[in-house]
Amino acid sequence: MENFVQVLIDGMLSGMIYALVAAGLCLIWGVMDVINFAHGEYLMIAMYVSYWLGFLAGVDPVISMIASGVFIFILGALTYKLIIHYTIGKPPLAALLATFGLAMFLKNICLNRFSPNFLILSDTWLGGKTFQLGGLIIPAPQLAAGILSLLVVGLVYLLINSTRFGWAVQATAMDREAAELMGINTERIYILIFGIGGACVGIAGGIMPSYLAVHPEVGSLFGLIAFICVAMGGFGSIPGAFIAGILVGVVEAIAGFYIAPVFKYIAVFGLYLAVVFLRPRGLFGW
Amino acid sequence: MDRKRFSGKDAAWLVFLLLLALIPLTPVMAENSFHMHVLILILLFASMAQAWNIIGGYCGQVSFGHSVFFGIGAYGAGMAVVTYGGTPWPGILTGMVLAAAVAVAISYPCFKLSGHYFAIATFAIVEIFYRSFLVWDWVGGALGLDYPLLDEGLKNLMWHESKAGYYYGALVLFLISFGLVRWIEGHRFGYYMRAVREGQETAESLGVNSTAVKLTAMALSAAMAALCGSFFVQYNLRVDPPMVMSLDMAMKFVLVTILGGAGTLAGPLLGAAVLIPLQEYTRAFWGGLGGGVDLIIFGLLIIFMVVKQPSGIVGIIDDIRKRILRKKAAGKGEVVDGAP
Repeated sequence: MENFVQVLIDGMLSGMIYALVAAGLCLIWGVMDVINFAHGEYLMIAMYVSYWLGFLAGVDPVISMIASGVFIFILGALTYKLIIHYTIGKPPLAALLATFGLAMFLKNICLNRFSPNFLILSDTWLGGKTFQLGGLIIPAPQLAAGILSLLVVGLVYLLINSTRFGWAVQATAMDREAAELMGINTERIYILIFGIGGACVGIAGGIMPSYLAVHPEVGSLFGLIAFICVAMGGFGSIPGAFIAGILVGVVEAIAGFYIAPVFKYIAVFGLYLAVVFLRPRGLFGW
Repeated sequence: MDRKRFSGKDAAWLVFLLLLALIPLTPVMAENSFHMHVLILILLFASMAQAWNIIGGYCGQVSFGHSVFFGIGAYGAGMAVVTYGGTPWPGILTGMVLAAAVAVAISYPCFKLSGHYFAIATFAIVEIFYRSFLVWDWVGGALGLDYPLLDEGLKNLMWHESKAGYYYGALVLFLISFGLVRWIEGHRFGYYMRAVREGQETAESLGVNSTAVKLTAMALSAAMAALCGSFFVQYNLRVDPPMVMSLDMAMKFVLVTILGGAGTLAGPLLGAAVLIPLQEYTRAFWGGLGGGVDLIIFGLLIIFMVVKQPSGIVGIIDDIRKRILRKKAAGKGEVVDGAP
């Protein structure tokens, strides 16, 4: 029983990080109907930003995640301005392929500059620390990341649902032309949404070097899992993506512990297929 | 447009094929095996892209899962030779049939999904197959299968002395895939596929059984992909999951077709003829230096192509042709359709 609770907690903690990564993707998908294939690579770059700040300037990931968030905000806005802007109105595949090209570009730039080696940041504030709770062990970095995820996803949800900016975003998502007739600068909304979506994953990537090694391939799997979470949660639903993220984390942990570690991602992808075969528009989709 | 009759275009294709068949006889090619290698890969990837084109281009169902079928074909041939010690031929056939069966089985529920849900489902399927094959001992697991050295020739489908044998093998593959698609284009089934692509509801209202059309197209496409996979493994003489079943491999099917021009007969060849030399020569040129430079250029090129001309190289050629026509017409004072 104790094992099961421990596995459940571990799964939920990693699931919260998936949720934060997925929230950014979900925002972009919901507003622009674009799958950003480079999302995992955003995460990887955010981790490099945080790592180098820690390695060269001695800044802890807990602080440098702000810098990562800002950096990826700018990268996201630039991605929109330079690439996505030109694919709007073209077949939906165009944006996906263009961002796949971008992912390839970013991954190999990092491979070329930083080598494929695993880089680990030592002596961070949170690294290696744990809480004891009865018989349960809760790792501090994952807990901090989980709380952060809850905070950021909550903020984004509030931003979209109860501010004037958020209403403008919703209007743009529903009907771009009508929104423009109402005087909304939809181009600016798109830039900001791509930036905010990037900032979410930037913050997630910023804190992760506290407990995870950085290498050019680190983002690919996270990106793929973020796609799964977003689609499982349902088109553009941030609460859906959040719940799907936690579900994915829990299933991954349970399958990894009770079946075999190699089966954990097979179980996750199987879960996605099972969900969409039963509900073709995801858990919360309409 | 009547696509059924033997047209001047088909004659041009036949002449082109004849020229391709003569290439290994030229001294430049016979001496440099690297050029031969690039040509073989162009023909192979053109055939792979053409296989994807059936379902992705003509039928409009964008699958990112074709490396599964490619891998099944590759393992079919690989296991026939390595595990059972025979010739690859029964393995190739089994692989093709199995790939078609798997394609139908997994596509049937997936076709109910729309848009991005379908695309992500195909990603998930690739990952499930990839990770299962990595730990499945019967198919060699993560180590993969290494071919023994056998007598060269058609029986074992391997050649050691020169690459000419493989070149003609790839040419036959090319002929099969392009011939199949050319035949489908003019056939009733080709019209059904295009009807489903343009509007599934409309096609159904006219009595087209869209599910049957999509499943048939998927099965054909998967069997072709499997055939390409078994050739690929015969050429490399080894097979492991990252080589044939990864998501990157699945993306190559899509990229080559889209960059060339999806839903056109010549598109896959044009895409492969541009992308493969670029990939191979940049790798040969920069590959040793820190790594990744070839893929950096590749990535930029993909972005550039998609942003500038989403209908691919075929679209670029069309643009150029229209511009020339317009210039000619402007000289005579006529107006050609397509002019603003």
